[in-house]
Amino acid sequence: MTSVEEVFRAEYGRVVAGLVRRFGDIDVAEEALADALVTALERWPRDGVPPNPAAWLTRVAGNKAIDRLRREKVRDEKYAEAAMLQDNTAAEPTGPVTDDRLRLIFTCCHPALAPENRIALTLRLLGGLTVAEIAHAFLVPETTMAQRITRAKAKIKQARIPYRVPMGDDLPNRMAGVLAVLYLIFNEGYLSTTAASVREDLCTEAIRLTRQLHEASAYLGPPMDQTQPEVLGLLALMLLLDARRPARLRDGVLVTLPDQDRSAWNSDQIEEGHALVRQCLALNRPGPYQIQAAINAVHTDAPDASSVDWSQVVALYDQLAALTPSPIVALNRAVAVAELDGPQVALAIVDDLDLGSYHAFQATRAELLRRLGRYDEAREAYDQAIALTENEAERAWLAGRQASCG
Amino acid sequence: MPKYMLSVLNDPAVDFASLPEEELKQIGADVDAFNDIVREAGKWVFAGGLESIEAATVVDGRGESPVITDGPFSESKEYLGGFWIIEATDLDEALDWATRGSKACRAIVEVRPFDAA
Repeated sequence: MTSVEEVFRAEYGRVVAGLVRRFGDIDVAEEALADALVTALERWPRDGVPPNPAAWLTRVAGNKAIDRLRREKVRDEKYAEAAMLQDNTAAEPTGPVTDDRLRLIFTCCHPALAPENRIALTLRLLGGLTVAEIAHAFLVPETTMAQRITRAKAKIKQARIPYRVPMGDDLPNRMAGVLAVLYLIFNEGYLSTTAASVREDLCTEAIRLTRQLHEASAYLGPPMDQTQPEVLGLLALMLLLDARRPARLRDGVLVTLPDQDRSAWNSDQIEEGHALVRQCLALNRPGPYQIQAAINAVHTDAPDASSVDWSQVVALYDQLAALTPSPIVALNRAVAVAELDGPQVALAIVDDLDLGSYHAFQATRAELLRRLGRYDEAREAYDQAIALTENEAERAWLAGRQASCG
Repeated sequence: MPKYMLSVLNDPAVDFASLPEEELKQIGADVDAFNDIVREAGKWVFAGGLESIEAATVVDGRGESPVITDGPFSESKEYLGGFWIIEATDLDEALDWATRGSKACRAIVEVRPFDAA
């Protein structure tokens, strides 16, 4: 990627969000910014990147939008006028909101949009990814992704999904929805549900967007201060998981945590993640992402696999289960219990869970049976786990474990 | 101000007629109270409850002579039990009204914007 494109990508969300507020229309904002990119590609290589590229892009794109709207006004006066004048946000009591990206992410992640459309719109508008890039990341044809995004934008316009930070009681819920979208993007990158094993681009993008959200929401007062620790928690969680990425694959086979080469982990990300976890602890408003980050901090804190503080991990899972009880949390807790109290105790917990069609459940069960020397049952569970995942690296790992049974 | 249609989708599995008198009265009172709030907020355009689907008749006037058949037209499970037409500044406000309306009438509500043109 050239430096112009890198700068453009980095500033895209901020600039497009400002343009949406000014012109009240996502398409107008996007087209104007695309026009501004053309100008930037002409000028920046010759004159150098301006000292404040976001301000430059905002100014040039603003002029392009006005030009375009004037042209369209001649052609379609009614539409252009509506687009120019419709600025719903100016008079609304939005509180101390300063960053337009924050409004835009709440629009993109609105519960009235289908979940897959929230993801696509967020990557397009806040991440500045092209439609082709998003289509590639989710392995769907470009035309399908383009339709998805067009449909979502049409709904925003027709149903008037607002461009603002939700107020009052709605805010914590809606923020949780935004964080869920960001975590979905990350997870699809971290352990793809498709054959592609790891999609680094999606992990990196999710971290960048969460960082943006953190920046944009850091200075909000109540009730945002209730949700802010979870933003920090999610950022920490992503950083600590992503830090292990260099050690997660060996010759296309998944390497699980105990067998990873810890010296290959990204120490800068771990350091940042740990600092964020400490910041969360100081805020003392625990939430699910913060606790999961803390669990991962226990892992990344251990110099080798044998020195992990499993009692700490189990205690944190207990806290997580109290806050958000779910069979998945119980399953992950059982993995830690196996280290603390042995595989027999863990298997009893696992066998009580109704998760038969979940690949991680079968894989966990297989591993516990294997450790108990119940190889026939283990082999069967490995078979089920393999059948339930498309991820090539995971299948390769499971097949390897199965082959070494007995 | 933009207008939204809030359609009340009745589930045929819930037989309102068989509910105890007291509960029906309470639902009626809750809906009346909700209607008053909408009016007081200046968001009221129109609203009405519909008779049961057995009372529906379908007309197809596209041909030379109209074809009239016993209704309803839609085969869908849920049927339109009534509706509100309200004014709201944006979808979030409409969704908030719909939530309160749904609570009052004990049914799912579909929110749809009117064509702005």
